[in-house]
Amino acid sequence: MKKNKNTLKEPFVRIVKRDTIKIQYKILIYAIAIVGGLLLSGLISVLFSEKGLGDFFQSVYAGALGSERKFWLLLQNTALLLGTSMALLPAFKMKFWNLGGNGQVLVGCLAAIACMFYLGGKVPDSIIILLMFVTSVAAGAIWATIPAIFKAKFNTNESLFTLMMNYIAQGLVSLCITIWVKSGSGVLVPIAHGNIPDIGNKYLLPIILFVVITVLMYIYLRFSKHGYEISVVGESVNTAKYVGIKVDKVIVRTMLLSGAIAGIVGFVLAGSINHTISTTSANNMGFTGIMVTWLAAFNPLIMILTSFFITFISNGMVEVRKTFMFTNDSISNIVVGIVYFAIIVCPFFINYKLVFRKHEKEEIKK
Amino acid sequence: MTVTFLMSAIAIGTILLFGCVGETITEKAGHLNLGIPGIMCTGTVGGCLFVSLYMGSLEATDSPSWIMLILSSLFGAFLFASLTGLIYAVMTITFRCNQNVTGLAITIFGNGLTQFLMHSYVDKSGFSVAGKIISKCLPFAENSNDVVKVLFGHGFYVYFAVVIALITAFIFNRTKIGLNLRAIGENTATADAMGVNITRYKYIAILLGSGIAGFGGVFYIMDYVKGSWENASTIEAFGWLSIALVIFTLWKPNISIIGSYLFGALYIAAFVFGNISSSGREVLKMLPYIITILVLIITSMMNKKENQPPAALGLSYFREER
Repeated sequence: MKKNKNTLKEPFVRIVKRDTIKIQYKILIYAIAIVGGLLLSGLISVLFSEKGLGDFFQSVYAGALGSERKFWLLLQNTALLLGTSMALLPAFKMKFWNLGGNGQVLVGCLAAIACMFYLGGKVPDSIIILLMFVTSVAAGAIWATIPAIFKAKFNTNESLFTLMMNYIAQGLVSLCITIWVKSGSGVLVPIAHGNIPDIGNKYLLPIILFVVITVLMYIYLRFSKHGYEISVVGESVNTAKYVGIKVDKVIVRTMLLSGAIAGIVGFVLAGSINHTISTTSANNMGFTGIMVTWLAAFNPLIMILTSFFITFISNGMVEVRKTFMFTNDSISNIVVGIVYFAIIVCPFFINYKLVFRKHEKEEIKK
Repeated sequence: MTVTFLMSAIAIGTILLFGCVGETITEKAGHLNLGIPGIMCTGTVGGCLFVSLYMGSLEATDSPSWIMLILSSLFGAFLFASLTGLIYAVMTITFRCNQNVTGLAITIFGNGLTQFLMHSYVDKSGFSVAGKIISKCLPFAENSNDVVKVLFGHGFYVYFAVVIALITAFIFNRTKIGLNLRAIGENTATADAMGVNITRYKYIAILLGSGIAGFGGVFYIMDYVKGSWENASTIEAFGWLSIALVIFTLWKPNISIIGSYLFGALYIAAFVFGNISSSGREVLKMLPYIITILVLIITSMMNKKENQPPAALGLSYFREER
């Protein structure tokens, strides 16, 4: 066969869309990605220290599950992250890019702390806790609804709006701290009033609460009319309009719910766990929650697994830092980042396949 | 007082200007890069690393040269920032990953990497000397009157940022390359049909944009704070502000020069005016964000065609898809 120089050469590799993929392959792709990501981060940690790769995985395990306290802490952190992700889930399902989870949790937290600060000692604790719950939910809901209204009315870019709301929430927190803390130290001492009583042990309450919310959210999205409307709006706004769904109403209503759940997370953080507040009280869960939601492909039940996995890694990295004697905690951000990269590319290998150029000989045979 | 205020406003504005122009370039190619805060961080560590390597290579008696310091910081920042941008580019262009999620992961990764390397692995001993040299202004401006000082009393980076912004504006509005790039951002399939090499344009835009954004961080460390290091989160916050600034300036690099100085003034106002109460200061600190939101709302309400984001922003492009 004569080769014509003018004809285009078939590229070495091209990308073709897949029709279907077996579930086994799907799981395999994710497994390879997770193991690969962890191996890569392990190698990086080894590169910067004198320990071995075995020590890395051992420390991750020890850090996450090493003692009973760590085990409970792992569950509690998972629950909080799961709660924040549940807040983000309905919005994302609607393709509303809510990057403001941090801010929504933080204002919820702030509202609860404000109740504790102003009413503590003056009113019985039970009333304070009730008020804390109501104000937290309201604060979170308001914080999320403001961008939603503008998105619904004027199609204002929601990702940047919510992002800016994070910084305003942080500003409000620092403002309140400067007003409340007269010494000027900028640190609010834990408040003894309005603490939510423990059930069983001090870790159990958030765990139960957020598992219940997860189940409710699953039912809401799967079986209710609202859940159906959310998924139609997420698939195509035009289709939604065509079948008579009021898109504006759905956006505002969903963000109201979303913010309310974020407010509950703030309420638990303030009332049950920290009893105080700082600008970083939300612990970046608003962003991590996006990962949890995305990795689970918007499935609330899989989100239990993904939030557990991410918390497992970040808790484990605390131990790695100690055994590898890294003097700062940023190594865990590097590792978490790499694991994210590995998992984010998975949908590509599920939706597309790579077709390599066949050898010339085969083509001649044809 | 006013002089220091204006000088600092321009300096902070310069950090934002680098980030804003970089982000504008990637957004014109249809990619919303939320990794810019992380990329500005890695740019910082790259620039600092090369400066420390250069400072380390000097004999004790040598005095470091201005041109070498500028070049090494520029080169290091561009290299590291565009390498981080490359991760984003490969993931979003070739692997068609979700841009928001990828960007957030880049920011988390970049912040961690920068904090990690800067804290323990970059030799910061020569930085105060290097910082003084890099921030040097033209000799006549140093002891001149206030107006000249505000206009000409800055280091090289401040003017470099303005030049980059003007060149970018020129390329966008006056050249075929700019037209093609804008076409990609507005409607990728149409640009493809026009015969534009989509992949090549997108890669170059993201690498270039990331590299430019990287200058912002190194300018902050080497010029503005003269070689001292706090943490990566400060630079990350500048990165988020730059992304907001892109909207504030309606995706126009020439407007972004003024916009970034205005943002710089708002940002610095909280620190410069010593006579206000500490709670008043906290309120002032929120101002840039509140104003960004207002601008966001106003531009979306006006709904003018030329003030809208690129239409294909955030969408992955696969030729075979309809």
